Amino acid sequence: MGYKKKTIILAIIAVLLAALFIFYDLHGNIGYILPRRIIKVVAIIITGGAIAFSTTIFMTITNNRILTPSVLGLDSLYLLIQTVIIFVFGSRSLVMMSSNLNYLVSIGAMIIFSFVLFRILFKGESNNIYFLLLIGMILGTFFGSFTSFMQVLIDPNEFMVAQDRMFASINNVNTNLVYLSIVVVILITLYFLRYLKYLDVLALGKDHAVNLGVPYDFVIKRLLIVVAVLISVATALIGPITFLGLLVVNVAYEFLKTYRHTYLIIGSILISIIALLGGQFIVEKVFTFNTTISVIINFIGGIYFIYLLLKENKSW
Amino acid sequence: MVKIKNVFKMYNQKKVIEDVSLEIEKGSITSFIGPNGAGKSTLISMISRLIAKDEGEITIDGYDIMHVKNNELAKKISILKQSNSINLKLTVRELISFGRFPYSQGRLTKEDWDKVEEAIDYMELRDMQHKYLDELSGGQRQRAHIAMVIAQDTEYILLDEPLNNLDMRHSVQIMKTLRRLVDELGKTILIVIHDINFASCYSDHIVALKDGKIVKQGRTCDVIDKCVLRDIYDMDIDIKHIDNQRICVYF
Repeated sequence: MGYKKKTIILAIIAVLLAALFIFYDLHGNIGYILPRRIIKVVAIIITGGAIAFSTTIFMTITNNRILTPSVLGLDSLYLLIQTVIIFVFGSRSLVMMSSNLNYLVSIGAMIIFSFVLFRILFKGESNNIYFLLLIGMILGTFFGSFTSFMQVLIDPNEFMVAQDRMFASINNVNTNLVYLSIVVVILITLYFLRYLKYLDVLALGKDHAVNLGVPYDFVIKRLLIVVAVLISVATALIGPITFLGLLVVNVAYEFLKTYRHTYLIIGSILISIIALLGGQFIVEKVFTFNTTISVIINFIGGIYFIYLLLKENKSW
Repeated sequence: MVKIKNVFKMYNQKKVIEDVSLEIEKGSITSFIGPNGAGKSTLISMISRLIAKDEGEITIDGYDIMHVKNNELAKKISILKQSNSINLKLTVRELISFGRFPYSQGRLTKEDWDKVEEAIDYMELRDMQHKYLDELSGGQRQRAHIAMVIAQDTEYILLDEPLNNLDMRHSVQIMKTLRRLVDELGKTILIVIHDINFASCYSDHIVALKDGKIVKQGRTCDVIDKCVLRDIYDMDIDIKHIDNQRICVYF
């Protein structure tokens, strides 16, 4: 079975799951339930898509299949922002503050942070991508420690609110934010399209890419910006969930068995949507909201990660 | 013609290339020899703009390589580095088709595929063209990479230790192919090589580097010389004439 056929099968499964999610057990006030469910599905598609999309690009430019954009430290920054808001203004402010504002502040801070990071690091000649990752990782850890520090100081009740933000949740997404995210994702995708052709060549490694006439530094910089924007959108919309990317992109690679990024990106986006829709369905119907989607994703993702490590270990 | 003028390169205060000037003629094989750390790979990487030079000027057919568009340069000059670890699920044929990227930007035309076919035949990879790269032996993989460079169809081909880890049969096979590329297709080949006997038997010119400087450059017969080799390698190397070839005995 070719990768084109497999992609179509994935698309069919995704559509079926979306339909199941929307129409399952649909009774009562349909006029109220239906739009809410649809907006949830759209939110899942946007975040799942953005995560898978950005992780595929990220793995290609780093030439590494166990790195996700979370090493850039954006998730940690998001948690830090949320905690700082609670620390400074109290948890009531987070409830009171319109979620639009919170979203804009978070997304703005994350994008500005990544731009500053890239700008500083790509200034000199030593534009080594692993150096960038190292700095991102250190800053991510720093943000994480700082977050814990503040969480220890705040009132336990406030901490409950902060903790709630630490896990991704699709249960109460704001409709306006979903619309805004759609616009951002579409714009960044259009921007990305002109660099799509380079991805296949970039996957061969830097030397080959330069040899084949790819303006390497230029393209890498642009692609990192695409990654940062996508991750910021997804994180600000439903919370930190970048681990999902590791899972779905690797599944896409194993399942599609191709190097063509057009299909890898579409495939990983579809798998991501399937995983999120399925996961959310289980959260709602099996666990009756006793857990959040990121717990399930992290659990399955963690097991898969260990499997990857063991497999890589064997091939050496 | 490749012209290198007063080129310098430093890695953290340490000079790896110091005031190198060089001219390389078209339609010949030029070998770069010298001990480890002499700067051979660095020099060849600079010519192919894989790494930036600190000072000096490198021109190819009169154009400064830093001012030519990447894509145009990729149609003129190609490089193959020594480590080629690709962790993609790629078949030989797919790898070779990447060589056409500068021309097609990933959408290969009929003409591009013709070039791919030619390259496959040239490297005699027809019967393994649908095999995945990770199923091949080191020598076969190296041939696949060279086929990709051939498909790229550039006037100048730069190879960084293409014989690394290959046995004698494969090494000879690759050197003979390179010779054919020069003699039949008029390519210009620059090659970094460790085995001075391969350099002696297959190249037209030799550039000897040591500590980032050129010790000697010239026709093969001028460089493969007892005194010159002692300067380069700090050891006595006997040179025997066998069938009109200069063979170095250094064991």
